[in-house]
Amino acid sequence: MSTTDPDTAPSLYAAREPVFPKKVTGHFRNLKWVIMIVTLGIYYVTPWIRWDRGPNLPDQAVLVDLANRRFFFFWIEIWPHEFYFIAGLLVMAGLGLFLFTSALGRVWCGYACPQTVWTDLFILVERWIEGDRNARLRLHRQKKLDFRKARLRSTKWLVWLLIAVATGGAWVFYFTDAPTLLVDLFTLDAHPVAYTTIAILTGTTFFFGGFAREQICIYACPWPRIQAAMMDEDTLTVGYREWRGEPRKHSEEVKNGAEQGDCIDCMACVNVCPMGIDIRDGQQLECITCALCIDACDDVMAKIGKPRGLIDYMALTDEERERSGKPPKPIIKHILRPRTVLYTSLWALVGAGLIFALFIRPEIDMTVAAVRNPTYITLADGTIRNTYEVRLRNKHGEARPFRLTVKGHPAVRVTLEGTPYQTVEVPADTMLNQRVYLQAPPGSAPAKDERTDVRLWVEDISTGDRAYEDTFFNGKAN
Amino acid sequence: MAKQPKDKNQEPETTGHEWDGIQEYNNPLPRWWVWIFYATIIWGIWYTIAYPAWPMIQDATSGYKGWSTRANVEQAIQEHEAANAEINEKLTSVELASISEDPELMAYSRSAGEAVFETWCAQCHGSGAAGAKGYPNLLDNAWLWGGSMEAIHTTVKHGIRNEEDPDARYSQMPAFGDILDEQQIDQVVNYVMSMSGEPRDAEAAAAGEEVFVNNCAACHMEDGTGDQFQGAPNLTDAIWLYGGDYETLTETVTNSRFGVMPPWDERLSDAEIRAVSAYVHQLGGGQ
Repeated sequence: MSTTDPDTAPSLYAAREPVFPKKVTGHFRNLKWVIMIVTLGIYYVTPWIRWDRGPNLPDQAVLVDLANRRFFFFWIEIWPHEFYFIAGLLVMAGLGLFLFTSALGRVWCGYACPQTVWTDLFILVERWIEGDRNARLRLHRQKKLDFRKARLRSTKWLVWLLIAVATGGAWVFYFTDAPTLLVDLFTLDAHPVAYTTIAILTGTTFFFGGFAREQICIYACPWPRIQAAMMDEDTLTVGYREWRGEPRKHSEEVKNGAEQGDCIDCMACVNVCPMGIDIRDGQQLECITCALCIDACDDVMAKIGKPRGLIDYMALTDEERERSGKPPKPIIKHILRPRTVLYTSLWALVGAGLIFALFIRPEIDMTVAAVRNPTYITLADGTIRNTYEVRLRNKHGEARPFRLTVKGHPAVRVTLEGTPYQTVEVPADTMLNQRVYLQAPPGSAPAKDERTDVRLWVEDISTGDRAYEDTFFNGKAN
Repeated sequence: MAKQPKDKNQEPETTGHEWDGIQEYNNPLPRWWVWIFYATIIWGIWYTIAYPAWPMIQDATSGYKGWSTRANVEQAIQEHEAANAEINEKLTSVELASISEDPELMAYSRSAGEAVFETWCAQCHGSGAAGAKGYPNLLDNAWLWGGSMEAIHTTVKHGIRNEEDPDARYSQMPAFGDILDEQQIDQVVNYVMSMSGEPRDAEAAAAGEEVFVNNCAACHMEDGTGDQFQGAPNLTDAIWLYGGDYETLTETVTNSRFGVMPPWDERLSDAEIRAVSAYVHQLGGGQ
């Protein structure tokens, strides 16, 4: 049975406690700046890279052409039937996340996740305009909206909004010719979908980076839950050397005369945390392992003349070793384990397979769908005819003449619908649907046998490139 | 996301709920979360007012926005017809024979014609247009009334042997059971079979030639190659609408056949008739 005392029941809903991360310097902060510049640079610049593909194809290096169902990536062009390349890349991305998570924990969250990168950028803007942690705290606590507060707030929001618009704007450039779209956007000639997409992404960027921040990671993102299943006792994660730091300076134990540990309870690690947690409480769901607390603590340890690493990257196994007085395992031993080697091998295997598939794929391509409704027809003179719907793909930037031939039985002849010739011109970068007839004269073996294996060949007669597909010919078996 | 107590000896905060001695830690949801929950309730109420929702005795409340799937379909059909108006206009204004020379018209006719065919024609002629006994195969190159674009168009538009359309193609084979005796029928059937290269009884076939010339050649021609102006089938080829075996041919000669096709200009637009004619024409047997 359930018992609840309504008078003592606590509130089940809590208001967000605002987080004001303090500025921090150090190795990990520098690494994060570099990653931010590189990732944002790739995101904003990529659509503007040009790549000459000839007269009939777009000259944008990376283009997702939804209207024509093509994906261009520098020298690679992916057609819809080659979607397995995208599937392969997704498998690689998945294995890559497994690898990084099993070796380095939530390193994706801490360094490369767009939510982290943009929030970091928004906090940087906030710090430039409103000042560091204490100034921002004061501004937050100031109830009265005077001119200064209004000016700082509106400046900050305006800069955020500009970043958000640029973010949404950069996204749409991946889907159409960027320079043309940029002009169209300003002359109001762009497609409504472009404006809607920019508006939605502007809104989400502004809201997620400016206001929701750590709440996206805590409440909205499923990744923290999934990651727990992929981490083990050897996974490197950000931790606090409790056995070295405790009892901390202001604790009851120290007041009662116990010898103080290395932690001087300066709260530097808490003040820099973008998630608003205390790493000294141990591993927590909120922690995205951004490692800023390591930088903050190392700084303090240097000032008080203690060794660095009170807060550090470590694994669960290190705790047992260090508590028993042994040195921690070297980082490389945490990273090089059978599990990570396996993930790396699988990742490399899929990658090698994709590259191999990319190199052997032909420039011309054909798929043959035999029409089996009906399986065959009899012509007036008794000839048996089978029909095939053939898709001819020309991946070149100019029209090419394709000739169709059939091998398998000398009596089987090929004819094309709509033309007396065996050659059909396929326009540049296009798939052509061509109905193809195979005919066997009355009395011949293929006309009488239930089934004859045949091979359809397509040849680009301007280059001699060939491709084939096997199918079969149905005869009048009775 | 319960914050750990500052003092390790202190009990963590609970919700105060207790089930059989099991207590629940308090992990408070963010306040905005519960606002969103209230917002969805309000939105839900608005939705039942705006859209068809509450079941009544006859039907459901219609909603103030007047939304209905039926109206949406009608609108979608109108939009498609408006979008196709230009090409339909072009399709109905050009010469029938020149449709196949225009790649744009041909591509449109292939898809639009297929849609018409699958809706109106497939019931008899089959979804693959291969026909069935009594319903001609449209894939082969044998045509009762002609396989040119013009001939197919006329057949589709007016139909065959129907009462509704005075321009329908019309012909009737007499039931020779009333005219010839059984022996003559046996002879002529054997003669017809020998013509198409399926000889059965040479003696009867030789006797049947005279019966054929006297009774059948007016429509089927003396050499048996038929006459497309009268819809008289070619009896010398490999194709039989009802079957080329002795029993079926005997039945055909004795009782005659009377296949009908409705006139489609009552139900289909001019553009649809042209599209489906072009579709049938390009199926492989068009002449």
